Amino acid sequence: MIFDPSLNIVTLVSIGEHPLSGRPRRAEQDARALELGLKLVADNLQVLYIGQAKSPATVSVLKDYLGMGLGQIQVLDVPPQADISNTLLENFKANCPDIILTGGRAENGESSGMIPYLLAEQLNIPIVTSITDIVSIDMLTGLAEVLQALPRGQRRKIKVSLPFVASVDMAAPAPRQSAYGCAMRGQLVVKDFNQSIDDVGQRHWQVNSAQMRPKRLKIVKAKTAADRFKAATAKIQGGSGKVIYDSKESAQEIFKLLRDEEML
Amino acid sequence: MSFAEFLPQLLPILILLGLVLAVIGALRRILLWRQGQESTIHWAGLFSIPQRYLVDLHHVVASDKYISNTHVATAGGFVLTALLVILIYLFDVATNILNYALLASSGLMFVGAVFVLMRRINPPPNLSLGPWSRLPYSLLIFSSSFFVLTLPASGLLPIDSGSWLLAILLVVGIIWGVGEMFFGLTWGGPMKHAFAGALHLGLHRRQDRFGGGRSTGLISIDLEKDKLGVEKPEDFKWSQLLSFDACVECGRCEKACPAFAAGQPLNPKKIIQDMVVGMAGGNTAKFAGSAYPGVELGSHKGGAVIPIVDVLLEANTLWSCTTCRACVQECPMMIEHVDAIVDMRRFETMEKGKTPGKGAEVLDNLNTTDNPNGHAPSSRMNWAADQNLAVFGSDVDRADVLLWIGDAAFDMRNQRTLRAMITLLRAAKVDFAVLGDCECDSGDLARRLGDEATFQRLAKTNIATMSQFEFKHIVTADPHAFHCLKNEYADFGGHYDVYHHTGFFADLVKNGKIKLNTNNAISLTYHDPCYLGRYNGEYDAPRYLLEAMGINVKEMERSKSKSRCCGGGGGAAVTDIPGKQRIPDMRMDDANSTGAEIVAVACPGCSQMLEGVVEPRPQVKDIAELMLDALCEEVV
Ligand code: SF4
Ligand code: SF4
Repeated sequence: MIFDPSLNIVTLVSIGEHPLSGRPRRAEQDARALELGLKLVADNLQVLYIGQAKSPATVSVLKDYLGMGLGQIQVLDVPPQADISNTLLENFKANCPDIILTGGRAENGESSGMIPYLLAEQLNIPIVTSITDIVSIDMLTGLAEVLQALPRGQRRKIKVSLPFVASVDMAAPAPRQSAYGCAMRGQLVVKDFNQSIDDVGQRHWQVNSAQMRPKRLKIVKAKTAADRFKAATAKIQGGSGKVIYDSKESAQEIFKLLRDEEML
Repeated sequence: MSFAEFLPQLLPILILLGLVLAVIGALRRILLWRQGQESTIHWAGLFSIPQRYLVDLHHVVASDKYISNTHVATAGGFVLTALLVILIYLFDVATNILNYALLASSGLMFVGAVFVLMRRINPPPNLSLGPWSRLPYSLLIFSSSFFVLTLPASGLLPIDSGSWLLAILLVVGIIWGVGEMFFGLTWGGPMKHAFAGALHLGLHRRQDRFGGGRSTGLISIDLEKDKLGVEKPEDFKWSQLLSFDACVECGRCEKACPAFAAGQPLNPKKIIQDMVVGMAGGNTAKFAGSAYPGVELGSHKGGAVIPIVDVLLEANTLWSCTTCRACVQECPMMIEHVDAIVDMRRFETMEKGKTPGKGAEVLDNLNTTDNPNGHAPSSRMNWAADQNLAVFGSDVDRADVLLWIGDAAFDMRNQRTLRAMITLLRAAKVDFAVLGDCECDSGDLARRLGDEATFQRLAKTNIATMSQFEFKHIVTADPHAFHCLKNEYADFGGHYDVYHHTGFFADLVKNGKIKLNTNNAISLTYHDPCYLGRYNGEYDAPRYLLEAMGINVKEMERSKSKSRCCGGGGGAAVTDIPGKQRIPDMRMDDANSTGAEIVAVACPGCSQMLEGVVEPRPQVKDIAELMLDALCEEVV
């Protein structure tokens, strides 16, 4: 534990899905968010799951999270048609934590990656995305310093005021091993959440399984190993980009790009 | 008072004192063992102690004739001498026959002790020094004192011969001798091995090991327990604590241990001695043998209720072990090092979540994809796309043979072996089928990494899958799967007739179902896989097959039960604990020194480890591949 134990940190976890076997597992980003939370406040970390508490997949994966050394996980049991973000919001409105840690997006389901944004917007607090670490928190000024992951292993240090929402990047330290014994002994504290709000929008949706998206072919121009190394490590040299403030002008620019790419 | 009157009065007191102290010590020691957890007490085994000593123990010791003869003389002499001394000098049953018998037995013991002493003139590094260097002198003093004492009584010397000086010398000798041999027997001297060793032979946790039997499967644990695995010495079974006390610090295990030789921080002898320290409390400074390579001696301490890892020994010590069982095979006291190591690993993995190296990743993969490298379960049969195999469930429901593929399915090197095996089975017209994508990893790796939960899940899944189909035998090229299916699935209701491919092919060759070319003048040596050889006693079938191909096997110095591990077992390749050299390199050196051009293997793990050695080196070929080369196509 490196921070004030009175700090109220909540990590949200979800049920992940292995990309090859399709089996439920700890979601990789959520597990990293949990690892970060444990590093910051150890036993004082609160872990929250919202979903169908009784499904066997849920129980087995939550146990995997418990195996990381948690005493308990709070489970908000909601029906499948519930709107997760609104329900979460109800939960946090009364008692907003200092920091809410989440993964970037779920590994299955809608996987829109919107939860952290919606929470931040509705709670009216800042959001930092793709963080790898929280390096310091000054309780007096209420400012935290976080590291944000950028491409190619670069990091950006950002100051953000408490309370805030942070989504954790895959570049954050890998989660610790889940130990079977702790997993079996940890508690799932299930709360029936009867104020859950139905996701009205979803009612009329049709769900199809996703199609593999075509990938743009990468043409390697490098002839030598040194060139390839440079291509893999060098910073992208921007330059062709422009900053456009006028909305009409930017729409025009997007339109042009889509046309160039023969998408329109 | 003369010499003749003084001694007879003092002697019974000394002997009685020695015996009483020995009994008190014994009770104390038993209390130490009872700190351990409950386990079945095999009372009947106590009656077999003499037989087990003479047959099973000596079977191990006899590989070194010098010490086995020495031990028979010394130990036999001592037991007789002790009994006679008690009869004659404590109970005063003095007949001439008894006196002569005592002369003979103490003489025998003396001769034995002389050989013990000679052995220690230039002791090999695996022998412990310290109190163990004192022991031969104590043996000499004990035997000679009673010999001299009995001379006058036997009438070979006049009764009042000798002087006060001799009397005093005798008294000192007897105090020393009785002290070491009676008091030290139960108070932690080197002679403790006789007391604890005898009980351990009788009450051994694996009774099946005696009388030519074998018991090598790991013992399963109840996953509902409050604590999984061993954290503190008191978490061992009492019978394990007893077994640690039986160690004679002979260092045969140390000499055989591949990890020790590679300079990894492991020495099986020291692990056992550390457990003794843990059980009795104290520090490791008194240990008079070789340290764990790279770990300073005497910097650790222990107690029955003090956690072992990080206090008594370092975690890397546990994770260096390849579970090759060479130590267990060599141990004259039948101590089970691998059981103890895996017990402690279980706590590290299942309670602390601290499997080192790639361990955590591999266990995660096993749980999400049923194979250690995280390949898509649906790609398990990709290697056999051109093989047209019958798959249980989709093509057939019964076959004579279930061919167990194992994780070699995902490894390009070992797919060659699998292909060879299939051609051979077809040549012999064997009716076989595979489980296809439904097969899961056998659980061997998970179990040896201490993840009993994952092992049990995999075992139960495989058993449930196999229960849907009808087959007579299972055949596999992987000795690890072979061992699990044969010896470790029974605990979960899986009873099968399992063959390793070498055993199965040997039968086919014997029955004329496979005809092999006999003029293969290749220069070849054979590497015995631990899980085929020491774990399952199969040394002959692979050699039979090689000979059937007309190959004259150039045996390595360390072969059969003394074979040196390839370094890949027990998850050692996954935890990858650094040492001074790599185990497979050492094994390749063994092979090189035979001058062979090919190393025949019979395990996908061995072929990976040995092929990982940099060239130039002998070629590595599985026996199935060699057989394929030598297969006579039958022209009908
Ligand atoms: S099983 Fe093998 S590696 Fe492990 S301690 Fe024994 S001899 Fe050494
Ligand atoms: S454990 Fe066995 S082989 Fe090793 S030193 Fe002790 S008695 Fe000898």
